[in-house]
Amino acid sequence: MDLLLVTPATITQSTPAKLSLAGAWTTRGLDAIGPQIAALGRDPGSAMVVDSARIEALDTAGAWVLQKLLQRLRGEGEAGGGVQLLDLRPEFARLLEVVGQAAVLPAAPAARRSTSKLEDLGRSTVAVLEQALALLGFVGEVAVALAGCVAHPARCRWRPLLYNLRSAGFDALPIVGLLSFLLGIVIAYQGAGQLRQYGANIFVADLVGLSMLREFAPLITAIIIAGRSGSAYAAQIGTMSVTEEIDALRTLGIAPLELLVLPKIFALAIALPLLTVFSDVLGVFGGMLMARAQLGVSFGEFIDRFVKAVSVTSYLVGICKAPVFAMIIAVIGCFQGFRTRGGADSVGRQTTRSVVQSTFLVILADALFSVAFSALDL
Amino acid sequence: MQSATPPTEVVIELSKVSTRFGEHVVHTEVDLQVRRAEVFALIGGSGSGKSTLLREMILLQRPNAGSIRVLGVDLQDIADDQALALRRRWGVMFQHGGLFGSLTVKENVGLPLREHTRLDDSLIDEIADWKLAITGLKPEVGAQYPAELSGGMMKRASLARALALDPELLFLDEPTAGLDPASAGGVDELVRKLRDTFGLTIVMITHDLDLLWQVADRVAVLGAGKVQGIGSMSELSQIDHPAISMFFAGPRGRAAQAQAIQQTAPAAGRKS
Repeated sequence: MDLLLVTPATITQSTPAKLSLAGAWTTRGLDAIGPQIAALGRDPGSAMVVDSARIEALDTAGAWVLQKLLQRLRGEGEAGGGVQLLDLRPEFARLLEVVGQAAVLPAAPAARRSTSKLEDLGRSTVAVLEQALALLGFVGEVAVALAGCVAHPARCRWRPLLYNLRSAGFDALPIVGLLSFLLGIVIAYQGAGQLRQYGANIFVADLVGLSMLREFAPLITAIIIAGRSGSAYAAQIGTMSVTEEIDALRTLGIAPLELLVLPKIFALAIALPLLTVFSDVLGVFGGMLMARAQLGVSFGEFIDRFVKAVSVTSYLVGICKAPVFAMIIAVIGCFQGFRTRGGADSVGRQTTRSVVQSTFLVILADALFSVAFSALDL
Repeated sequence: MQSATPPTEVVIELSKVSTRFGEHVVHTEVDLQVRRAEVFALIGGSGSGKSTLLREMILLQRPNAGSIRVLGVDLQDIADDQALALRRRWGVMFQHGGLFGSLTVKENVGLPLREHTRLDDSLIDEIADWKLAITGLKPEVGAQYPAELSGGMMKRASLARALALDPELLFLDEPTAGLDPASAGGVDELVRKLRDTFGLTIVMITHDLDLLWQVADRVAVLGAGKVQGIGSMSELSQIDHPAISMFFAGPRGRAAQAQAIQQTAPAAGRKS
């Protein structure tokens, strides 16, 4: 039994003054009625008869179409050109009456105003500036909350801090470790061909050590965490503000910044440097494996050369970027979360923005670090 | 669709429905029947499994045991195409609206028509406008997004969407919760009008005593995993059972009852 099968609605005009309606005048049967109605014509002077005895089913959509058809025919008629609807089943007649009562519809609201390119440009510029200003304001609020927390350490929330430390730090170890390991392998592999040409096989330790410790480990870790934890922060806070949980916190006298933002910033500021160290270790290990496989540099030789080539400064230069990246990720994630308005759609949009912006700012900050370190000759 | 059917035809039939969440037993062998063109209300205390029962009727959840037949179709092991056909014959209004935030109100109402029919876009827009009008919303509301609506408007818009495909069966979850008395009164009227004009069968969950007294034809009281009583409100008011009498005791219950008795005459006239 196919429940969806119906006889399509049809109109036949046997003589100019007589229309016969048939079939199911329902949402499922009305597919092809539009062109049939458009093709109808009438003689304005003479009376017209619409025979509806063969309408099998009528729902509100069908009644609506029928009502419009009758209105149109009546509107086109002149004096003596009345339209009569015949043989409509009583239950259908009642439905038609209901539709007729409500059929006084005002015109649709005005179409959306089109905008010029210049106006669009202006609007998006204003939006960007507004967001930058709001971010500045948010950073200020966070700073004030931070100062309050430092002045009164008892107000610190330890439980969420530890929870965030675990979820953003410990739980991220496998993915950070795996990706760093693979990155180390790739660097050594790409370098191997070039180094072999010059017989400079041992310098693979310099290549892997310096590039991992100074640049790649902090950057890959920050980008993974921006995607993993920054997005989670934005989504969590965004959903909370949609479901009025943020407002509830405020009315209960709990500062949302203290409960939701500070623990995340602290947790990331602790976790990200530690994850960077982990990434250093795994990255260099990956490079070491590749050096032995491709270049025949044994682990012992590699480590000897590594200790000579890579100074403690290089290690610290990498690590000291991590807390800055952590601040960027946590602040942007929370900021975008708080900017969520409306519903599920907005949560998705703000989460995307948090990841894009924090990744962008992390790379920008890394570039600035490079400039600063080269100016300082580090 | 208004096919000629005997007035006592059963459209929803639950037999021996049992539901558990892990250790927690929600229903034990619930039996219920809903007849065509009646307004049927499910009531019960918090956690009595009203919403779960409703979700089981609309294929959002499966019972652990027992059978549910809706519009003559057994929901157990239902095939996908059958489920789709069935879903097009009912409309559901969710407690919090369930409107899609990314679409305007009019697009929300037109969505079922766009998905399931091949009608012209302009016709769909007109029908959506009209459905909004019968639920008592102003035409301007159609262009707004759900986030801009008040609670009452959200419920009406959700009802308009539930009515989009001209369902035979309408499920309402707390249609008046969170509404001011005037809007709630409007919903009473609306539910009655829908039943009278379109011959809809309406199943609703509600705690609204006025709605129960004024509109519901039959009421089932859920408690302790069972149906504790079933009948019209005046029949139920005769039963002495703690799960039932809580709806009649207290000043609110008595006030609603007194008001309903005052209006008995016009109500009886309406039904004839």
